[in-house]
Amino acid sequence: MVELNEVFETSTMIRDENLDVRTITMGIGLLDCCDSDLDALCDKIYKKITTSAKDLVRVGDEIGLDFGIPVINKRVAVTPVSIIGASACKTCKDFVKIAETLEKAALSTGVNFIGGYSALVQKGMSAADKMLIESIPYALSRTEHVCGSVSLASTKTGIDMDAVKLMGRVIKETAEATKDRDSIGCAKLVVFCNPADDNPFMAGAFHGVTETDTVINVGVSGPGVVKKAVSRAKGENFEVLCETIKKTAFKVTRVGQLVAKEASRRLNVPFGIVDLSLAPTPAVGDSIADIIQEMGMECVGAPGTTAALAILNDQVKKGGVMASSYVGGLSGAFIPVSEDRSMAHAAEIGALSLEKLEAMTCVCSVGLDMVPIPGDTSAETISGIIADEMAIGMINQKTTAVRIIPVCGKKAGDRAEFGGLLGSSPIMQVSKYGCKDFIDRGGRIPAPIHSFKN
Amino acid sequence: MNRVVVTLVGKDHTGIIAAVCSYFAENDINILDIKQTTVQEYINMMMIVDVEKCTMQFSDIVKGLEKVGENVSCIIKAQHAEIFDMMHRI
Repeated sequence: MVELNEVFETSTMIRDENLDVRTITMGIGLLDCCDSDLDALCDKIYKKITTSAKDLVRVGDEIGLDFGIPVINKRVAVTPVSIIGASACKTCKDFVKIAETLEKAALSTGVNFIGGYSALVQKGMSAADKMLIESIPYALSRTEHVCGSVSLASTKTGIDMDAVKLMGRVIKETAEATKDRDSIGCAKLVVFCNPADDNPFMAGAFHGVTETDTVINVGVSGPGVVKKAVSRAKGENFEVLCETIKKTAFKVTRVGQLVAKEASRRLNVPFGIVDLSLAPTPAVGDSIADIIQEMGMECVGAPGTTAALAILNDQVKKGGVMASSYVGGLSGAFIPVSEDRSMAHAAEIGALSLEKLEAMTCVCSVGLDMVPIPGDTSAETISGIIADEMAIGMINQKTTAVRIIPVCGKKAGDRAEFGGLLGSSPIMQVSKYGCKDFIDRGGRIPAPIHSFKN
Repeated sequence: MNRVVVTLVGKDHTGIIAAVCSYFAENDINILDIKQTTVQEYINMMMIVDVEKCTMQFSDIVKGLEKVGENVSCIIKAQHAEIFDMMHRI
């Protein structure tokens, strides 16, 4: 039987420390929808999603009520659309029609995002991959709920620099197509190195081709809970600090495991994984930067920040792994700028630069996330930023990503407002020195050697 | 057995537990355990109850308890017990 103090510890986490389950994401395989006729393909996609996910939102809300824990987002991830649409789509417009079908399915099921408008081109682009990538600016500006991702690199294959170059331009065009709303289209677009097939978090969620037909993946959260625990370990040595984070991560992840198992049972869909990521929101007390500051940094971005983030990321994994029967996805600490109030503040006062953020991505779970940059940043410079991040992931055998927003008409120091969970942030300064000749070379960067690690 | 944990926090005064217990009695909800502490004038109480025989939907039980809470100026929450077992027991 549980004790009074344990019950109130859990209640305090939920009531005062923003503990929630960030997302229940249903992965839906669309390979069986493939058809050479576009209309037939779109019909099958719509039917498959709206049938598989018809109860997702209701069940998510019921679980939230039964256990007294908010389940914030209910989402769907589908098989990368470049594969599904390969035989039906002859032009970019054909792919946009699939995006519109996904949008319709999202509205019908009530989910708040649908991911998988994606292409996996880490070694090369097929004609369909290229068409899908070229269609992204249109697809993301004509839809509200569709998220896109492109895998550009992996440790096994190297980096597809032709695709990196193309994505620099596509990101600029997506920004331009949504310039009336601070280029928000780019917030729904991410590029990856070593992407996870079972990531439940947007914008990068897609249902990998190695997955079963439908699956439930759950993303937990809880930066506020970790911050509170770290504040209780003030002045203690690193052993105590690490143990504190680990124990807290265990408790947070147990809730995710419970919700994932319960969603799987009630929806009669296999349980995939729990993603251990600490995902911040712009709400007060729901910040990763606050945890780092609580660990002893005057402000996030100060020397020591990378080490603190490394501790946090590793201890969250160590605590979380034992709490769940299957761990997957991205599993670590996210460091988005606009979605984390204290990160945005650090960028505003000049404590956090793009270069420091890049260093932090070497040890955190993902990468440059929700970083607004000046609208006049060139496509080649954006490709250069992407190439750097892909190289970090490729060499270090980890997932890295770039979700960067060149905000049209704004310059460094201006403020971008994305609203809701996407938050707001000052536009960050980008190096004024170019890399055009490097990006223009074209071709692939070969896969790295796995010996002589130095 | 269908165990639910009910938590109550608020300023202590006469009749709080009586009000909650009456609600349970009226709705065929059996009390398995009660624990409480009072710190200064504030009460923290936890009850573990069995809602197996209760015919109401869980969402209606939650709403009913919130109403009882309003009447006695306390915050009352009900959650299925698994969330506490999962978090605090290996």
